[in-house]
Amino acid sequence: MTAAEAPAIGLTHGGSEDTGLGHRGPESKSIVVPYGFWLFVLSDIVLFSALFATYATLADATDGGPTSYELFDRTLVAIETMALLLSSFVCGLAMIAAKRGSMMWTQVWLVLTGLLGVVFIYIEMHEFAGMIAEGAGPQRSAFLSSFFTLVGCHGAHVTAGLMWLGTMMAQIWTKGFKEHIMRRLLCFSVFWHALDIIWVAIFTIVYLIGTLP
Amino acid sequence: MTEHEPEKLNVAPGTPHDSLASETTFYVIGLALALLLTGVSFWVASTSSLWGPGIAVGLVVLAIAQMGVHLVFFLHITSGPDNTNNVLALAFGVLIVFLVMIGTIWIMSHMDANMMPDPALMNLQMQH
Repeated sequence: MTAAEAPAIGLTHGGSEDTGLGHRGPESKSIVVPYGFWLFVLSDIVLFSALFATYATLADATDGGPTSYELFDRTLVAIETMALLLSSFVCGLAMIAAKRGSMMWTQVWLVLTGLLGVVFIYIEMHEFAGMIAEGAGPQRSAFLSSFFTLVGCHGAHVTAGLMWLGTMMAQIWTKGFKEHIMRRLLCFSVFWHALDIIWVAIFTIVYLIGTLP
Repeated sequence: MTEHEPEKLNVAPGTPHDSLASETTFYVIGLALALLLTGVSFWVASTSSLWGPGIAVGLVVLAIAQMGVHLVFFLHITSGPDNTNNVLALAFGVLIVFLVMIGTIWIMSHMDANMMPDPALMNLQMQH
């Protein structure tokens, strides 16, 4: 063993250049930025898990007020679910079009993504307004407080996502498919898909299990 | 974007790959599976032909399966070596989610069972 070989022991993998210890330097921004955003999305999901835990604990604490059986309408929830799922799918189509630099199809799919998101928010607002009108607002019972916090927080995320979507459409339109714009669009799609994942948990735990016969 | 690089060690979450047809097919398969699982969930919740006490557990299983479909087909989380960082972060997130949810539900149900006084006593305590 020569002196030159000695320091390399324990650092190399079978003669590969990549030591796994930062030899190559950091990844490019197009990897690091979406990865950081992925960490944010996961921490957002952790936030929702706390709201789900709260809801599960308080779901029976109705204080003599209206229960989940009396309040929830499965047909509306099915429409909301379809709207959000299709929105997530169409957002994926927009990403495919954007990757190939097709301005028209990217904008068409993004508009459709937004419209389906608006349908979802409209139905949710309609549901909330109806509940508050019949005296089942968030201040009625612990069950309703946790319901409005959980579902309202998801709705707020979707609303924020819609504003972000509008911003992205404008940026793509004016600046084109530059690298940093594509990076933002990728982050938006990750956010939008994650909201649909959270909605799967909401329609199952809150609406379906809450109205089992 | 980065598909012409000879060797990739990492890939960003949500990055699509391959040709137009195969990418679109991938999303369509994901949509079909998600629709199927959603449909089964709504059917399971409204049918009376299944064993009642098992329905809630079945619905949770269906929901977790659908989340898996979304992760694989929409967010492109794979088991490949270029996805290790994404999967590790996801695994940590799932760990925390389960700790928070199961821990809370477990502890709070025990509090409920062990510390709640009987209804008669409860009424006395309410009369401050």
